[in-house]
Amino acid sequence: MITLDKVCKRFDDNAVLRGVDLTIAKGSSMVIIGGSGTGKSVMLKCILGLVTPDSGTITVDGEDVTRAERDALLARFGMLFQGGALFDSLPVWQNVAFRLLRGALARPRDEARAIAIEKLRRVGLKPDVADRFPAELSGGMQKRVGLARAIAAEPEIIFFDEPTTGLDPIMAGVINDLIREIVSEMGATALTITHDMSSVRAIADHVAMLHDGVIQWTGPVSGMDQSGDPYVTQFISGSAVGPIEAVR
Amino acid sequence: MSLLAPLGILGRFVLQVLAATGRVSLFAFSAVGHMLRPPFYAREFGIALLNVGWLSLPVVGLTALFTGGALALQIYSGGARFNAEAVVPQIVAIGMVRELGPVLVGLMIAARVTSSIAAEIATMKVTEQIDALVTLSTDPMKYLVAPRVLAALIVVPGLVAIGDVIGIFGGYMVATGSLGFNQAAYLANTVNFLEARDIVSSLVKGCAFGGIAALMGCYFGMHSGRGAQGVGRATKGSVEAAAVLILAANFLLTGVFFSL
Repeated sequence: MITLDKVCKRFDDNAVLRGVDLTIAKGSSMVIIGGSGTGKSVMLKCILGLVTPDSGTITVDGEDVTRAERDALLARFGMLFQGGALFDSLPVWQNVAFRLLRGALARPRDEARAIAIEKLRRVGLKPDVADRFPAELSGGMQKRVGLARAIAAEPEIIFFDEPTTGLDPIMAGVINDLIREIVSEMGATALTITHDMSSVRAIADHVAMLHDGVIQWTGPVSGMDQSGDPYVTQFISGSAVGPIEAVR
Repeated sequence: MSLLAPLGILGRFVLQVLAATGRVSLFAFSAVGHMLRPPFYAREFGIALLNVGWLSLPVVGLTALFTGGALALQIYSGGARFNAEAVVPQIVAIGMVRELGPVLVGLMIAARVTSSIAAEIATMKVTEQIDALVTLSTDPMKYLVAPRVLAALIVVPGLVAIGDVIGIFGGYMVATGSLGFNQAAYLANTVNFLEARDIVSSLVKGCAFGGIAALMGCYFGMHSGRGAQGVGRATKGSVEAAAVLILAANFLLTGVFFSL
């Protein structure tokens, strides 16, 4: 279980997180929605320790992430970055097997390659992709490779940062389905941030809306359309009229 | 109030310089610490050795060759004013080994390697590859910085030694080919004139300049701003800082070796 308790983060004069309270149950898929620049990515990076919160506590299974042994904590996580964040200098299979080629989870090179190819197959890519470089792949293929890397070490918790950004609707649907399938079959806890409502409906068990540095509403995805929360209603409908200021 | 304004500007400038010096020093200490503690990334170190050393050889060799040749012409022409043309082998040797070899190699490394390291790491930062490394339980200081700095510390003295030899050879070619010097006498004068201290100072300078060049590339890359502009600024800043620090370090090291 991941718990955020009154988490605050400020960059100079800009208070991005103003006291975020959120609980993500083990094995569930939580999707965070909210407009651009509302701090969704910052919140996610705070959980991973990439950004240090100014105040508040973040715990994973009761362990404070700021005091936990870093490598052991990170070994429990997998992450799909918005732009893929694949390492340009490494072929695809070494990107996927990065964690399996070094550190505590290191395996023999042949075994790591075999696992990488299996994970690539799991995300719908053929083995011949393994020896290509990221720059030779389309955006959709890069997302799939990023997804394969995120699941390669079979983590307990997987984060997805805008998994469908920049993809056409069909490819976005494919990625959404893959995420849902993989999270279900691995039994992992998933945290996704997105403003793509089709992703929300495909991936989420629970939804939380982040606005103005706090969680405005949280609940099951089935209750999202009838939430009665004006922020959620405006966000789902995509209307410019409502409590969320639309700068034009 | 207006009288104090210049003092305020000066104070802020001094504070900024001191803060930047502190940040760079801490970064350098951290890099050295990561070099000494496992895990070690042999593949990254090997690639850095290749990039900093082997692939820099053509530019280092050509720079040294032309500089040695030009130096011989200048010394011959200048020496002729007071009948001192015969000192060409000695001055070329001492000039190349003590000063021009290390400084020119250092500046070439700053232009070629520092810029490349800064641009590569800055691009990795803006495309979240550095964050990805962290989430994959890999410390970017260990994986990206330590191998590059260590490779530069090891390989740049070798490049300086090669540059020194090629520079002296350039002077030899010009002096024996067009200035009428005897080949055997030129070589004998060169070898006899150089002292161990000259060669040691050259190699120590190479080590220092290599470390500065790689550290600046890594520091500016890791602290790059966002977007293409951030990458551009990091690259430009790294080369400027490396070049200035190399020249300042050269002055200090020359003082340490030769003012006593």
